[in-house]
Amino acid sequence: MSYTSANFLYLLTIVAFILALRFLSNPAHARRGNQIGAIGMLVAIVVTWVRIGTTSWWAIIVAMVIGGGFGAVAARRVKMTAMPQMVALFNGVGGGAAALIALAELHRILPEPGAPKADISLGIVLSGLIGSISFAGSMIAFAKLQELLSGRPITYQGQQFVNGALFVAALGCAVTLVVGVQHEWLLWVTVGASLVFGVLFVLPIGGADMPVVISLLNAFTGLAVALGGFELENNVLIVSGMLVGASGTLLTLMMGRAMNRSITNVLFGAFGQVTAGAAAAAAGDGGGTVRSATAEDVAVMLAYAQKVVFVPGYGLAVAQAQHDVRQLADLLEAKGIEVTYAIHPVAGRMPGHMNVLLAEANVPYPQLKEMDDANPEFSRTDVAVVVGANDVVNPDARSNEGSPIYGMPILNVDDAQTVVVLKRSMNPGFAGIENPLFYNPKTVMLFGDAKASIDELIADVKTL
Amino acid sequence: MNHNTLLMFEVTILVLAIFLGIEVISKVPSLLHTPLMSGTNAIHGVVIVGAMIVLGQPHKGAFEWIVGFAAVILASANVVGGFVVTDRMLEMFKRREPPKKES
Repeated sequence: MSYTSANFLYLLTIVAFILALRFLSNPAHARRGNQIGAIGMLVAIVVTWVRIGTTSWWAIIVAMVIGGGFGAVAARRVKMTAMPQMVALFNGVGGGAAALIALAELHRILPEPGAPKADISLGIVLSGLIGSISFAGSMIAFAKLQELLSGRPITYQGQQFVNGALFVAALGCAVTLVVGVQHEWLLWVTVGASLVFGVLFVLPIGGADMPVVISLLNAFTGLAVALGGFELENNVLIVSGMLVGASGTLLTLMMGRAMNRSITNVLFGAFGQVTAGAAAAAAGDGGGTVRSATAEDVAVMLAYAQKVVFVPGYGLAVAQAQHDVRQLADLLEAKGIEVTYAIHPVAGRMPGHMNVLLAEANVPYPQLKEMDDANPEFSRTDVAVVVGANDVVNPDARSNEGSPIYGMPILNVDDAQTVVVLKRSMNPGFAGIENPLFYNPKTVMLFGDAKASIDELIADVKTL
Repeated sequence: MNHNTLLMFEVTILVLAIFLGIEVISKVPSLLHTPLMSGTNAIHGVVIVGAMIVLGQPHKGAFEWIVGFAAVILASANVVGGFVVTDRMLEMFKRREPPKKES
């Protein structure tokens, strides 16, 4: 296939990818968009296949069957609650592929007469560097979310210094290679240092900040792929990679804004670590009394309400309670009660995590309200039911300047007549921050596993 | 194509892609942010094109064999996994109540 016709077909792939993203603006046809994207990908693979000719065709097929088979099985089997780590895993392997391509390309072109062009070696070193960080970082994010590693921030003395030194070493070798010192080991050092950096840079980040990290690593892989396009002089890699790089960056910034924290604070703040001390201090103050209720009490409140809003958080995912919440909501709706769900942008472990879980439980998406639409509704809500959410409903974010989450936009559940909080115990949540909502006279606590509590509520509402 | 012309062209489309990416994404509601992430995740699986080029190189040594083979495995996992996961998620977003199923 000629260069021109191949690139013309690659352009079709690019258009398909853009349409795939464009179709995501509306849930009604988002799925068709994804299918268009998949067809675009198929076109790119076939075109590349034809261009390569028959060289090593069997090896390519074997590798594709292994990788594709693993991807298909993993993607089919994963539970919706485990989606964040699955996305992290697939993101990591993409970054790893970009880094491997860089290693192979440098190995191929170095023995050729004449120095490689600076832009080509720049593409190689940067996609090696960024791809390796993305690979290692994603694997650590995966391990944390899968709970193979502690989700708590892991910190040690001199951490920032070690990270800084590693990054400087990686970048230094990369620059040396680009300015014309042609030793292959320079790239190996870059890749090695970036891998270690990727590990160390995600380790100190707490589980609650994972939405930001995953989204950032997604942008990294996109960028690594785009740079790979420069080294291989391939347009489809440049455009598609950069689309992902730009969108991932934007999404990262949006997540940061939703938490009212800068990205540097998320990445280098070791958030949970700092606030553990603050929480201990706050716990000393005591916070007034907590009202605990039985499931029967709460069932009565719900059954005689006119409007009920559910506020899901990561605890809902942990307890796998999304289907039970949906059943409870159905019962209430059958009684003529208006039910909606208020979703905070950073609830859960990845952007929009709660929406996916509730969609899995067949909640129609018009009932899922974003924060700006949900907040004005609370003042005319009779009961707000907080299921496994904590920081995203913490009024300290509005009023207590000393709180680590001060300034973060929250769901104003305390505007509702009554707030019911489903929670395992009085332990502070993941970030270890005290929550005065629990001591609010309007609030009643329903202690226990979220799924068990909801099931009790269902049974009790049925008897009313 | 002359190398510098090609480079200029590549940089141009790179910059345009940045703006296009931002433009397209800012229209995605936060309802769909998880499918957006996994969808873009699938799209960067296009790195498989590069991996295939590496493995499809004629005259390669053991090093290129191993690295290219591994790259194709990783990239195909990215492509297939990314699209399948996104499809599974998007399938669940429905407007109307589906026929009631017992659970």
